[in-house]
Amino acid sequence: MRRYAYAIPYWLWIGLFVVAPIILIIYYSFFDIEGHFSLVNYETFFTPVYLRMTVNSFWYAFLITACSLLIAYPTAYLLTKTKHKQLWLLLIILPTWVNLLLKAYAFLGLFGTYGAVNALFEAIGIGTKQLLFTDFSFVFVSVYIFIPFMILPIFNALEKLNPSLIDAARDLGASEWTTFRRVIFPLTLDGVKAGCQAVFIPSLSLFMLTRLIAGNRVITLGTAVEQHFLVTQNWGMGATIAVFLMIAMASIMALTGNKKWGVRQ
Amino acid sequence: MKKISSLFLLVWLIAFSLLYVTKTIESSKGYGGANTLTIYNWGDYIDPALIKKFEKETGLKVIYQTFDSNEAMMTKISQGGTTFDVAVPSEYAISKMKEEGLLLPINHSKIPNLRYIDERFLDLSFDPGNEYSIPYFWGTVGIVYNRALLGGKEITSWNDLWDPAFKNQILLIDGAREIMGMALNSLHYSLNDTNKTHLLQAKQKLDQLTPNVKAIVGDEIKMLLANEEAAIGIVWSGDAAEIMWENERLDYVIPKEGTNLWFDNMVIPKTAKNIEGAHQFINFMLDPKNAAQNAEYVGYSTPNKKALEYLPKEIVEDERFYPSEQLADKLEVYENLGKSMLAYYNELFLQFKMHRK
Repeated sequence: MRRYAYAIPYWLWIGLFVVAPIILIIYYSFFDIEGHFSLVNYETFFTPVYLRMTVNSFWYAFLITACSLLIAYPTAYLLTKTKHKQLWLLLIILPTWVNLLLKAYAFLGLFGTYGAVNALFEAIGIGTKQLLFTDFSFVFVSVYIFIPFMILPIFNALEKLNPSLIDAARDLGASEWTTFRRVIFPLTLDGVKAGCQAVFIPSLSLFMLTRLIAGNRVITLGTAVEQHFLVTQNWGMGATIAVFLMIAMASIMALTGNKKWGVRQ
Repeated sequence: MKKISSLFLLVWLIAFSLLYVTKTIESSKGYGGANTLTIYNWGDYIDPALIKKFEKETGLKVIYQTFDSNEAMMTKISQGGTTFDVAVPSEYAISKMKEEGLLLPINHSKIPNLRYIDERFLDLSFDPGNEYSIPYFWGTVGIVYNRALLGGKEITSWNDLWDPAFKNQILLIDGAREIMGMALNSLHYSLNDTNKTHLLQAKQKLDQLTPNVKAIVGDEIKMLLANEEAAIGIVWSGDAAEIMWENERLDYVIPKEGTNLWFDNMVIPKTAKNIEGAHQFINFMLDPKNAAQNAEYVGYSTPNKKALEYLPKEIVEDERFYPSEQLADKLEVYENLGKSMLAYYNELFLQFKMHRK
């Protein structure tokens, strides 16, 4: 009996803050802007405008995840080899303590026509380039913001890796590349998956950066949700997009989730 | 288990002592209780010296809070968690708030200074008879441009913006009404047009502007233009005054095809507790000397006729901010087009944003 009593706060929390909002979102998605029950929002979602927006969002989220992984894996690997692991790790986590808005504003200054980066380009003879409001800067800043969430799970996976397995591989004559490909990478795959989830899912619904860094030249589903709720006050359409975002996220979780139920452990 | 309980206790203790400290600080400053007045206004939209003066004259304590969009302000007021005594929404927001019953009527007998307001700004369509609102500032939407960066080229109309020479030089404010209105005006339609063919035409015209548009941004536009990130910006006149203050190479123009005329107005939301104080404050702000001081500080145009006498000549005679009657005839106030029309405007604006170079 007591055990159930301890679980009450947990169930209350899940019910109030997870289940109820999801039901509310689904409920709202069936109402048009005048408040009548209809499926018009779902029809609108399947028009070229929103389908293109969906493809765009997935494309940028994919780019951001791929770039993060490309940088994060070697970084995490090197981290496990360094002397002061905890200190380096702390330095990587530190930027996540800074407010996102502040970081975005900092990049506005850095990437501006007369900003520090362009001053450097000018000095080394490349010349001033337009950095702000481009696809490049959008992906760059997003990667910068999300990369700690990719490094951490990979780092943990690498730390847990038993070094004697690597020694064994080397003893049996595997080259460095083969050891990595056949031993290290498969054994850290769970960390990679966790990292990809932690980056892909939030970047799918990214919104503020699309205005600040990309100057609304990149429009994602997140931008549309924000606009429908705050400006148009078309809650139904905003909720409908949110429903599709939830479906997308759930399927990504299912695809990359651990399929090792009962197999190992 | 014992450790957890003591940790819990500690957290609660800290929380309560922090609460106690904020309460004591507030009450030592005189906040809390019936002698406060909470004002909810746009950021940097009043001369702080006037608040001090008002506190001295009335003995009331002013709590000044700010918002950055009409929508955010309306949401907060309709939730009713905070008691705001005076708020300063724009005209289209007022008709919406009126419909939703978020406003209290204003007692004109308690606001004798209302007589100083220019008649042009009274009894407008969004609030007939000024039953719920009193004008605070007014202005236009127009073009800020950097003469030096454009090599001395002049801009006088909306249609000038489509010049291929301005490739990648324009910053737009992120507002569907403003930008759709600009396109409609450039086609010589009304910016309250609800004819869908006209609106589609306007959207197509905007698509043609895409090569010239560098970005569509929010409040950052002021900083970006002052830093010469781009040479041209579509902004509200008050923002223009602020940017020009920071960078003297910039100039503002009201396009000759006509543009939007907007008002910010003082209202008493239904959350008000100190209704007497709210009336006092509104009357105080309408005092010609105070209105002039405020207009000089904020940079927007004052609707107070008498206040113009106290303002420096170069401000009052500046046609960019106090346009001539001839140009004023071409200015239009936004009408509340209804939810679904507004949604259509936003939909077209979203499609324009997605249009690629």
